[in-house]
Amino acid sequence: MHPDRMWRSAEPRKSYDVIVVGAGGHGLATAYYLAKNHGITDVAVLDRGWLAGGNMARNTTIIRSNYLWDESAGIYEHALKLWEGLEEDLGYPLLFSQRGVLNLAHSLQDVRDGVRRVEANRVNGVDAEWLAPEQVKEVCPIVDVSPGVRYPVLGATYQPRAGIAKHDNVAWALARAASDLGVDLIEHCQVTGVEVTDGRATAVTTTRGRITANKIALSAAGHTSVVAKTAGLDLPLQTHPLQALVSELLEPIHPTVVMSNAVHVYVSQAHKGELVMGAGIDAANSYRRRGAFHIIESQMAAALELFPVFARAHVLRTWAGIVDVSPDASPIIGLTPVENLYLNCGWGTGGFKATPGIGWCYAHTIAHDTPHPLTAPFTLTRFTTGALVDEHGAAAVAH
Amino acid sequence: MRHPELGAVDRGRVLRFVFDGREFSGHPGDTLASALLANGVRRVGTSALLGRPRGIFSAGVEEPNAVVQIEEPFPEPMVLATVVELYDGLVARSLSGRGRLADQADPARYDAIYAHCDVLVVGAGRAGVAAALEAERSEARVIIADSGAIGADWPGLGFVGGPESVGGLGLAGGPGSVSVDALVGPETRVLARTSVVGYYDDNYLVAVERRTAHLGLGAPPEVARERVWRIRAKRVVLATGAHERPVAFAGNDLPGVMLAGAAREYLVRYGVVPGRRAVVFTTNDSAYAAALDLVAGGVSIAAIVDSRRAPGDVWANRARAAGIEVLAGYFVTEALGDGGVSSVLVSPRDSVFSSREISADLLLVSGGWNPVVHLFSQSGGTLRYDDSLGALVPGESPQAVEVVGSARGDIDHGGESLWFVPADDYSRHFVDLQRDVTVADVWRATSAGLTSVEHVKRYTTAGTAHDQGKTSGALTAALVAHAIGAEPGDVGNTTFRAPYLPVSFAALAGRDRGALHDPVRITALHQWHVDHGALFENVGQWKRPWYYPRDGEDMDTAVLRECRAARQNVAAMDASTLGKIDVIGPDAAEFLDRLYTNLISSLPVGSIRYGMMCRPDGMVFDDGTAIRLAEDHFLITTTTGNAAAVLDWMEEWLQTEWPDLAVTCTSITEQWATVALVGPGSRAVLRDLAPTLAVDQASFPFMTWRDTEVAGIPARVCRISFSGELAYEINVSSWYGLALWQTLMSRNITPYGTETMHVLRAEKGYPIIGQDTDGTTTPQDLAMTWIISKKKPDFLGKRSFTRQDTARPDRRHLVGLLPQNPTTLLPEGTALLADGQMVGHVTSSYTSPALNRTFALALVAGPHPTLTTLTGTKADVTSPVLYDPDHTRRDGNPEEPHNDTDTVDQVKDASAKRAAAARSTPHDTDTAARAGGLADGVPAGEVVAPAAAYGRFAVEAGSPGPERRSPLGGFSVEFDGLRMNEIPFLTQVNVRSAEALTPPNATVTAGETVTAWLGPDEWLVIGAAGARGVDVSAQRTAIRVTGARARELLAHGCALDLHPSAFPDGRCAQTLLARTQVVLIAESDGFLILVRASFAAYLAAWLVDAAAEF
Repeated sequence: MHPDRMWRSAEPRKSYDVIVVGAGGHGLATAYYLAKNHGITDVAVLDRGWLAGGNMARNTTIIRSNYLWDESAGIYEHALKLWEGLEEDLGYPLLFSQRGVLNLAHSLQDVRDGVRRVEANRVNGVDAEWLAPEQVKEVCPIVDVSPGVRYPVLGATYQPRAGIAKHDNVAWALARAASDLGVDLIEHCQVTGVEVTDGRATAVTTTRGRITANKIALSAAGHTSVVAKTAGLDLPLQTHPLQALVSELLEPIHPTVVMSNAVHVYVSQAHKGELVMGAGIDAANSYRRRGAFHIIESQMAAALELFPVFARAHVLRTWAGIVDVSPDASPIIGLTPVENLYLNCGWGTGGFKATPGIGWCYAHTIAHDTPHPLTAPFTLTRFTTGALVDEHGAAAVAH
Repeated sequence: MRHPELGAVDRGRVLRFVFDGREFSGHPGDTLASALLANGVRRVGTSALLGRPRGIFSAGVEEPNAVVQIEEPFPEPMVLATVVELYDGLVARSLSGRGRLADQADPARYDAIYAHCDVLVVGAGRAGVAAALEAERSEARVIIADSGAIGADWPGLGFVGGPESVGGLGLAGGPGSVSVDALVGPETRVLARTSVVGYYDDNYLVAVERRTAHLGLGAPPEVARERVWRIRAKRVVLATGAHERPVAFAGNDLPGVMLAGAAREYLVRYGVVPGRRAVVFTTNDSAYAAALDLVAGGVSIAAIVDSRRAPGDVWANRARAAGIEVLAGYFVTEALGDGGVSSVLVSPRDSVFSSREISADLLLVSGGWNPVVHLFSQSGGTLRYDDSLGALVPGESPQAVEVVGSARGDIDHGGESLWFVPADDYSRHFVDLQRDVTVADVWRATSAGLTSVEHVKRYTTAGTAHDQGKTSGALTAALVAHAIGAEPGDVGNTTFRAPYLPVSFAALAGRDRGALHDPVRITALHQWHVDHGALFENVGQWKRPWYYPRDGEDMDTAVLRECRAARQNVAAMDASTLGKIDVIGPDAAEFLDRLYTNLISSLPVGSIRYGMMCRPDGMVFDDGTAIRLAEDHFLITTTTGNAAAVLDWMEEWLQTEWPDLAVTCTSITEQWATVALVGPGSRAVLRDLAPTLAVDQASFPFMTWRDTEVAGIPARVCRISFSGELAYEINVSSWYGLALWQTLMSRNITPYGTETMHVLRAEKGYPIIGQDTDGTTTPQDLAMTWIISKKKPDFLGKRSFTRQDTARPDRRHLVGLLPQNPTTLLPEGTALLADGQMVGHVTSSYTSPALNRTFALALVAGPHPTLTTLTGTKADVTSPVLYDPDHTRRDGNPEEPHNDTDTVDQVKDASAKRAAAARSTPHDTDTAARAGGLADGVPAGEVVAPAAAYGRFAVEAGSPGPERRSPLGGFSVEFDGLRMNEIPFLTQVNVRSAEALTPPNATVTAGETVTAWLGPDEWLVIGAAGARGVDVSAQRTAIRVTGARARELLAHGCALDLHPSAFPDGRCAQTLLARTQVVLIAESDGFLILVRASFAAYLAAWLVDAAAEF
């Protein structure tokens, strides 16, 4: 199934046309589409650690596009359409499984918000259904929809085309494809600074030397603000740990993906059989890939409220990613006040699902030095103009 | 096979169990694994991918193979047979890599508890017990925890199987053995069957105690099955020992291949002879000890195959003296057999083709020992690769932790590092037994270009299974190093993450399940609502009556009835959940001017103003009313769901941005019970119940408040309306809330719930924040430009209103909608389209009895006369104010003759009483209402000036009159060593003072008065009449917990160290108990818990639940 070689291990050269900072899913997808769609192959993707070892290796692999606002639905649905052809495009198994996503409603306001999102999704061409509790039970029989629980399930939104994919495979497939097209993937090469001359970004300094570039594209998730700071950019980002965990392998029991914002948990069962679960972010700002234990405890309490049959499953492993959260919980994508410096950050807890979509649009932005229409609303300047894409509000399920 | 004498199992008792459908027996003291071995069961599982038979490999928590399914007494997936203590009636089966969950909820109880200690020792082996003994000598509080069943019946062999053990059957105590029985310190806690699984910052460690699983069917149902220990330790000693590691060779996964130390442990601890004839394959001295013990136990050792060309003489000679052949410089090249080891191929390491086959049913392997550094690494500690051990050993940790014994690397086994036996084909050299990962798999990964151990782990899945690589992790790393030509120490390791051992979901959920999943907040009237059939809506943590169906009514019918009562007659709602905040100080008006978009400082004393708060981005955050009690004193209300957020918001601005403002804020939500009395008939009711109050329009105009007595209860009545009807909000001490409500209900007034409230307010076009707004809505979008002050220099949100997008003219704004078919109800959330474009959505939608049709509110961009839904329903856009747009009903039904018959004398009399009441009145109150049309509602009424607003506000106990009720109704319960009872009706005053009334974190008692420190400038004075401050007597009730076990009880839900040395008599704290905010005061015989009234019933239920084992 796996070909012999995954990707070329490259040594950094002195100069590139484009440097992508961060070899996570977004950085790799960007490099891939730069080469594939725009013929730009003189590209290096730099990463401080091992390839795709940040949030790409830590997320709970949920893919969906049922976001409330038109702007969000646009980019996420673009991504979902790419996901639907990605295995073929990359020639690599991604274990992409469109098993659907349920977003549960637990209050009357959750119901209003859910119906609103379903309707908005339909207008935007995103598949979406509103399910009554008994229909929730049909889709996922192990959810407790009885009225007696503390926060009963009052219904759910359902996106049948949503699902999961194997995150590592996605990263490796993108890396291999980009590498095959000539992109240099350079691990253990930490960018320590962005050099700006006369308002233009010209080079990066790294732990493996200085590298010049015509264009520098940041895609470093929770550390983007740190790198951007070296170019004099103050980004409106807060970095938090986001924890997830995995159980032992279990016989198939959970056929879909369930997310609940009010009883805060989201869970799917991976192909091998483990339950993969996540919770809300740790409130404290941190760059450590570890969160507080009480978050895990409350996550398990929430899980048992929704899935009483999970009681004697076991937590095998917990971990955290570092997420960069913007003021309106939507990403920041595009040009910056520094010429030739591009920004892709602020995805918070939702970046994985966008991987091919953002790679596509970010590559376009870099290639043409102008925002792709689908990412144009996500400018840095929106925090000045007030044209926010507020996914905190009615679309509050963030992951 | 069971040895006739050895082992510590209780042979006098027989336990019956079933495995894979066959009945077996064992003894107390057995694990499932030892009992299976004793019964000759070799195969305990089938490998997940390759379907190969697998046998018991270890004797402990590192077991990769014997992962079984418990079926009875209750299904539990993937448990280690090497850890499960045998019990009568156990039914288990082998697995093929995947477990099965029960199809029903787990009936067992689970539990959590906080613990604090000077020293936490992890591991009760020899090093651990020695460390605990040492700690006992110098420090008072010691906790020692071990995964095993340490205790009186524990063999007390220390490190059985450990590399430092001497050979020759270290039975009956053996040299150097220790037992936790030696620990006798008064503050020493020995936690058996307790695995420390997580090591977090600030020496916070998490352990899980398995308390009843070993009792099987005899487990008492009231005892928590598992307990999470949340331990804060000043110092930690890790005595976590070492795990023996395997060597990879062909067929190393066959049943009968076992770690050498494990075989020894089965013999010594359980009296189980794990085979008849064994080959020992070792790289070090430690397996010789095992071989010698096994010989003494009756196992024939066919050979010791030692990879070292020159094994240590001492051990080799001992072995030879015992008649064991020692093959030095040899490898085991393959284990052979069908379903289990039947023979072993060995050959000289320099000549792998001259192999010799030795018949054996047991192949014992020792590739050396890995210190168990998981917890140390989790602590933030660095790890160092020790070449002589071929293992990671602890380096430095930023935390107060010490590692002792073999966990530190104190292992002298004279071994060499051998990871795999060379061969032509590595496809049966198993690395990770559980994941069926072979050496060939690892090298396939490295030849694909993957050089990071993380990538190899993910590519091969080695180390991701149930054991998280305990036996395979080091081997995988070494193989990667070998493949890329690096040293094993250079490739690093994958991260050691919590939990060290698998932990059940239920244990982590603890008692936060079912009714206790999340605190339930209720009002003082709650039981009445329950008794009268109300259905409830969850609003945040509150339970609010949704509607009150009568005699089989459906919701629509009930709501229509309730609406009609409010519009045509008189109806009442429990509005107590609205947040109430007392704001006092010379700068109170200035402060509120900065928070609200409208001007508050111009509000006359005695009047009320509706206000709105925005976030700095200009979006609506909350709304409510501000009532001015005095020049320097306000009471503001918030929405139910936002009460805490608004108080946080106020404190954040006060403390971080405006510390110069002299103002304090105190939550008094529960101090008051609030009843909205609504409808054209409400004035008559109030006149009747408040004979001293002048209720005529001139005396008591809209948007003013009066202190009076209602039904004999001191009350503050506010004339505000959230329905458009004449309405009063009657606020009384929550002690009297039920009395007031019952009086109203006895007059045949219709109770109504939140649904009717929503219909009534929507008919008037009043938005609900969070329903008709969504965080992207400005006051202008709500057509409430009138609420944005043009006079104030600044307020939160002001600057954003001029932002490009915020000032855009085509923003979504609030409109009314009338479906063209007047019986069509638009679902809330429905998308609204104009010319095929989505321009907005329905925020609220109801059937209106007043309009005799359906209607809706919506947020819509642009001017569109008609909008269409996705299903083609058409609705006309209209003003959001659909009912009584001229506010003619606000002062009573305009179509009925005024019947205000108050005489001048009565009014004067009332006025005098009011003034008197004001002087002895608290300065807190509450309201429920706001109103879109209130801009013109600024009152012109008489100004009451309660200059001295401090004081007490309660009906004296014992006086005749309405009955007062405490939140817990005199709750009192006793357990063994524990008594809990409510101390109701305590006088409590929140006092702010620049001068310290007590030392920090302490109480001062003077006579009957206790003053408790709440913060640097804040105290709670309990029991004293006349203290100057905010009366919070009914805000909280008190629960006194006394008895020897009081501290233990509270430790289940309170993170503070309540030990007398840390929290002595007289200490106090504001803290969380069972996730409720409490003031906790240590007393001589226990604790006084002051809990907010709305949480009291939940907390009492929680305390009783936590005491279930007492």
